[in-house]
Amino acid sequence: MFPSLTRLPGDLFPDFEALQRQVEQLFGAPSWPSSIRASARGAFPALNMGVTAEAVEIYAFAPGLDPAKIDVELEKGLLVISGERASDLPQESDKATVYADERFSGPFRRAISLPDDADAARVQASYRDGVLKVIVPKRESAKPRRVEVREAGI
Amino acid sequence: MDMKQGALDREGRTGDAPALVPPVDIVEDENGITLKADLPGVPKEGLSIRVDGDTLTFEGAVALGESSELHGVYAEVRVAQYRRSFALGRDLDTGSIDASMKNGVLTLRVAKREQAKPRRIEVKAG
Repeated sequence: MFPSLTRLPGDLFPDFEALQRQVEQLFGAPSWPSSIRASARGAFPALNMGVTAEAVEIYAFAPGLDPAKIDVELEKGLLVISGERASDLPQESDKATVYADERFSGPFRRAISLPDDADAARVQASYRDGVLKVIVPKRESAKPRRVEVREAGI
Repeated sequence: MDMKQGALDREGRTGDAPALVPPVDIVEDENGITLKADLPGVPKEGLSIRVDGDTLTFEGAVALGESSELHGVYAEVRVAQYRRSFALGRDLDTGSIDASMKNGVLTLRVAKREQAKPRRIEVKAG
């Protein structure tokens, strides 16, 4: 094909990408079952949860926050993470043009239910590289234990 | 530059491993363009930024430092890699790009070439 037809000028691409994103939003819905508390795609912050033998670990992907202003609460087996992220965009005044405004800004609140064996009384939270990590230890009684098998006396 | 690279690279979908497309803010002022991208979980060492011709690509690998015993029960982030590319115009100086990373947010500053900066043209009286 003619190079002039296949090569698009740079200015057309932003429109192209906006369209591509819309298509993704329409058809890109995940097929796996999601938690009943999961919000629409793009909820802030995204949450991952995993378990070890000792604890439940929750990772909240919440970049660009002041750790002192993140609220982590436990309410009846529900972990609630809330706060606010300020917009980094310039005010509508100075000679700046905004081409993309995709990053989340505003107040947020997300909740995730913890497994029954999580010990809500001993929670630790830390923030590194924009990820909030919450560790909830498991109850002592729920931790795996090794049971000795003794030879029965005859 | 062939069409394949120009079109597909932009959203990070080449033959490479799958990667998340991070959200960005892009603002232009008189002296250049500032791009901010959310890359939560990416340490400074896990970040790579490269310029190939007029294409700027940044990539980040998520490193949460989780124990190998951890097994996932619920996940909204299912890929541990971010990638996104942009075509820079000729007015931008690819040799002058500043990058900084803080709390999982990458800030890139690309300066404009001198001749591309706005100039005021004096109108002389006839």
